[in-house]
Amino acid sequence: MPTSNRYQMPDPSIQLTDELIMHHIDRNSRVIDLGCGDGRLMQRLHDEMGCEVMGVEVEQSNIVAIIQRGLPAIAADLNEGLVDIPNDSFDFAVLSQTLQQVRNPKRLLLEMLRVARRALVVVPNFGHWRVRMEVLRRGRTPITQALPYEWYETPNVHFMSMRDFRDLMDGIGLRIVKESPIIKGRSVDQLWGSNLRADSAFYLLERDPSKG
Amino acid sequence: MSAQDTDQDSSNDRSDEIVQTQFVDLFQPPNLLTFASGETLGPVRVAYETYGTLNKEASNAIFICHALTGDAHAAGVHSTSDRKPGWWDGFIGPSKGIDTNKYYVICANVLGGCQGTTGPGCVNPVTGTRFCLNFPFLTVRDVVTVHSELVRHLGIKQLLAVVGGSLGGMQVLEWAILFPDQLKAAVVLASAPKLSAQGIAFNAVGRRAIYADPGFANGDYYDSEGPRYGLALARMVAHITYLSEDSIELKFGRRLQDSDRFAYSMQKETEFQIESYLHYQGKRFVQRFDANSYLYLTRMMDYFDLSEGFPSLEAALAQTKARFLVASYDTDWLFPTSQSRELVSALLHVRRHVSFIELRCPFGHDSFLIDIDPLAALVSPFLERTFESTSP
Repeated sequence: MPTSNRYQMPDPSIQLTDELIMHHIDRNSRVIDLGCGDGRLMQRLHDEMGCEVMGVEVEQSNIVAIIQRGLPAIAADLNEGLVDIPNDSFDFAVLSQTLQQVRNPKRLLLEMLRVARRALVVVPNFGHWRVRMEVLRRGRTPITQALPYEWYETPNVHFMSMRDFRDLMDGIGLRIVKESPIIKGRSVDQLWGSNLRADSAFYLLERDPSKG
Repeated sequence: MSAQDTDQDSSNDRSDEIVQTQFVDLFQPPNLLTFASGETLGPVRVAYETYGTLNKEASNAIFICHALTGDAHAAGVHSTSDRKPGWWDGFIGPSKGIDTNKYYVICANVLGGCQGTTGPGCVNPVTGTRFCLNFPFLTVRDVVTVHSELVRHLGIKQLLAVVGGSLGGMQVLEWAILFPDQLKAAVVLASAPKLSAQGIAFNAVGRRAIYADPGFANGDYYDSEGPRYGLALARMVAHITYLSEDSIELKFGRRLQDSDRFAYSMQKETEFQIESYLHYQGKRFVQRFDANSYLYLTRMMDYFDLSEGFPSLEAALAQTKARFLVASYDTDWLFPTSQSRELVSALLHVRRHVSFIELRCPFGHDSFLIDIDPLAALVSPFLERTFESTSP
């Protein structure tokens, strides 16, 4: 298989991502988890932090799994936005390792901050030096460890770097409250040359009233 | 639709699932039922069936609301020789989606119906003659008021859940805002917070067919054959709305009824299989349904708008206390997914616990009666978790 000897961007372990997200969510707040899978994080937010949670999922089997947990979920395709979710109905919107897969990430980010006060996003950093090497030396499209798909079948349809992400936030009037580069499965507050060295990054975002 | 549930196990195996329809007279004078229209009526006879056993705490009761032409016989059989089980028998029963080993299930014929509960075909105790079109004007609220009284009569303070599809789902919604403390959970299937203009349009055609039948006699037809052609025609039109393009194509296509060649004759009324099927549906319906009930119940459905009397749908749903499970079907064009989404959105607006899914099924609006497995996979854990959250 041609993917085996290629550099695969490591994805932060689920455990780390969950902890990181939970660290930035207030107790007893209302949280909407976009692309929530089988509701693992929702369950922890509900049980450990008393949050009122809500999941959005496209897979029917995942909706059943969440209902089995006694938690609420609605079936929706994130590519179609969050039309059914009213403005400001949540405190936090979570989107983990999914942004690079939606058709219109900009619209979804704006939607997240329409329905929630703050957004928490974890995105891969395709600006990592090994990705650059892969492109430069071997002329290959980057892939990730969790999604080691070839370019023609990968769900990763956008390849953004941390620098790209910051630019977008600036352009659409969202404020980065916190940025945590994730390197070798560990999140750090500061990282020299983060756009070269981080595998992925965590962002806490909110609307920036000054930029309207 | 019952085409799918013909292959029952030999009914002998079901001797422990024999049920009888029971009757109770509620709203005995002077405690008359007051309709939304202001008219009063009493006593009101209610036909109902129950399955399973009510637990000591009376906390395991589930009420099933039937759709437009359903009845109290939702599950089980009436005798060992009964070839046709209840209309939702695949869904309700021992170890089924709504497990009667665990839950006590109640289903009642709606007010204004014609299968045992007081309706326009019944004799008015005051005048000694049948109500016909003098039966009080009927709304979903009135139907739910009677259901609710039945539940109280059965000694149940709070239902674990109220479950219904189509017009039954409308009753569930009305119940959740009218008697919010009486239910812990609401399951709304292939339904909507109001009937669409398209739905009203089809109902109008059905009613017109009945009115235009000379046998209708302004509703006073019980001594004669009645508007059987009109009622059959109403059913044929309605039946099309319960199917989908795909399901008609799949089941009948353009296949001919008794030949593989066209007859080229206008004397031959039934050429295609779909024609024959609709004629059969119409004919069968006339045997079991009363035209006046059909008029009242379709009009009731037209009138239904959950937000009626409130500034908005959100304000109406703010009355609710239940947790909700909403499901629609991708091929249902009578109660399209967009209407369920509108409901879900309003529920989220008032911050209710709500789960929603659009199920994929080719059978159109009738899917909720036919495609039981995916429905059971959804409803069963929803009820279970709700039940656990209330059990000590």
